Amino acid sequence: MAQGVWAIAEQRDGEFRKVTYEIVSEGRRIADALGQELTAVVLGSNIKDKAQELAQYGTDKIIVADDARLDPYTTDAYTAVIAQLVKANDPAVLLMGASVQGKDLSARLSARLGVAMAQDCTAFQVEDGNFVATRPIYAGKAYAKVAFENSWPNMATARPNVMAVNEPDTSKSAEIIEADVTLEDDSLKTKVVDIIRDESGKIELTEADKIVSGGRGMKGPENYKILEELAELIGAAVGASRAAVDAGWRPHTDQVGQTGKVVSPNLYIACGISGAIQHLAGMGTSKIIVAINKDPDAPIFQKADYGVVGDLFEVVPALTEEVKKYL
Amino acid sequence: MNIVVCLKQVPDTETQIKIAPDAKSIVTDDIKWIMNPYDEFGVEEALRIKEKFGGEVTVVGLGPKRVTESIRTALAMGADKGILITDDALEGSDSLATATALAAAIKDLEYDIIFTGQRGIDDDLGLVGASVAELLGIPHISLGIKVEVAEDGSSVKVHRPVEGQTLIIESSLPVLITAQKGLNEPRYASLPGIMKAKKKPLEEKSLADLGLDASEFGEGARKLKIVELTPPPERKPGKIVEGETPQEKAAELAKLLHEEAKVL
Repeated sequence: MAQGVWAIAEQRDGEFRKVTYEIVSEGRRIADALGQELTAVVLGSNIKDKAQELAQYGTDKIIVADDARLDPYTTDAYTAVIAQLVKANDPAVLLMGASVQGKDLSARLSARLGVAMAQDCTAFQVEDGNFVATRPIYAGKAYAKVAFENSWPNMATARPNVMAVNEPDTSKSAEIIEADVTLEDDSLKTKVVDIIRDESGKIELTEADKIVSGGRGMKGPENYKILEELAELIGAAVGASRAAVDAGWRPHTDQVGQTGKVVSPNLYIACGISGAIQHLAGMGTSKIIVAINKDPDAPIFQKADYGVVGDLFEVVPALTEEVKKYL
Repeated sequence: MNIVVCLKQVPDTETQIKIAPDAKSIVTDDIKWIMNPYDEFGVEEALRIKEKFGGEVTVVGLGPKRVTESIRTALAMGADKGILITDDALEGSDSLATATALAAAIKDLEYDIIFTGQRGIDDDLGLVGASVAELLGIPHISLGIKVEVAEDGSSVKVHRPVEGQTLIIESSLPVLITAQKGLNEPRYASLPGIMKAKKKPLEEKSLADLGLDASEFGEGARKLKIVELTPPPERKPGKIVEGETPQEKAAELAKLLHEEAKVL
């Protein structure tokens, strides 16, 4: 019988992504609820020393697959290695982060294993001994609780920034198991031939703790400067509504909403965004929502924890000055 | 260069989602169905590649008869022929079953590139593209925002944005690419295009036509069971920040974010 909870770690350039700590921490809670062991699985090149760090977040064991062909990530290599490990060890639950990489890998891996996959979940629970997951559908206009039927391992990914990270306990260590990596070179059909890095210091929206976002009310691309100033001061990423992206004011990668990125920061400041249903869908799981808009009837105020009715061109620069008192 | 585009119909993004009394499905009355926006990018990219390299674009849709309308839209944009996989037994199928039916229809076609949307904007699972590729035994590259086919038509380079960087991934053909916003600006169907689309071949196939066993599809065969659907969690009512001037409001907001919300 399938046994154990696995958390597939994600690293880039030898550093774990934040979502890795989130799924290891959540994996610990699920493993405890099931009364089973938690195993973290780390793939990469020269990653063995770094892997031990995950013990601090509560994993019992760490499987390390170390091979030059596992850095950088490719779908082909990671799917092959993890599928082999799953078949050899038969885990009951397999968790990943719903990052770009995790979504890609989980999709291919679930098809290879012939199992169901619950993507981008916001909560995991154990009910009557069974693993269940809750996930937004229709970009958050509804939530689905899902369970797995004859589908082992139960596979799910966790939305970044939603699940709590355990306080690291440096006294803990975990057993490291080195996996044999068997990869046929001719099975690796895709390769990364180049990497274009974003401008340094730019915070990725899906990982951001705070986001300052601008919509149609920004009136033009040049005015985003005031949002960037506030964002830089408080360590926020800058997002945009579909209207602003479709107008060509901001790049597609900055769009928050049903046809853009789904974000979940601690603080989301919506400036000049009316709150079309497709935008609300993309940021509705933010912890604190602030709306700054001159139209008191804008739907965004229905979702906001704090609403400021006013001209954003006056309010935002004033806010930038005021927050300095608290930094 | 022969290209296949997979197509799904989804509720328009402005749709208010209402949960049905069974708490397992949504109310579909009054829904305006549209071509999944990410699939539309796939159709457009297929047409651009065809315009450069020649060949044929085949659109494969899956779902009830109404999906015909979206396939016709793709044909009016310039695709050459359509296939609709439609069967009552498909209703309620999960991603793997859907991918199985699509792969069965595609395997007998000639193809160099397959496009799917990066995800359907209804279930938001994003599994079908990679699953079709897996079932066909070909590689996939997800989230393409730029597709460059080599002049000799033997390989492809795809730009794929990930957090903080863009990866350029090379693959041999055939390959499946999932389309992300930013890939292109889909064209509108022209009036002559709409007229021509009416005469283009559009074939319907049932599960039996594809040699598939209907008992492995539909609600009953789901491996991912829907326990219940609920409305999104209610947010507690917010407050309007008071103040006579923008400065006062800004000062009050900063104070609330620091003292009450504790996010500054």
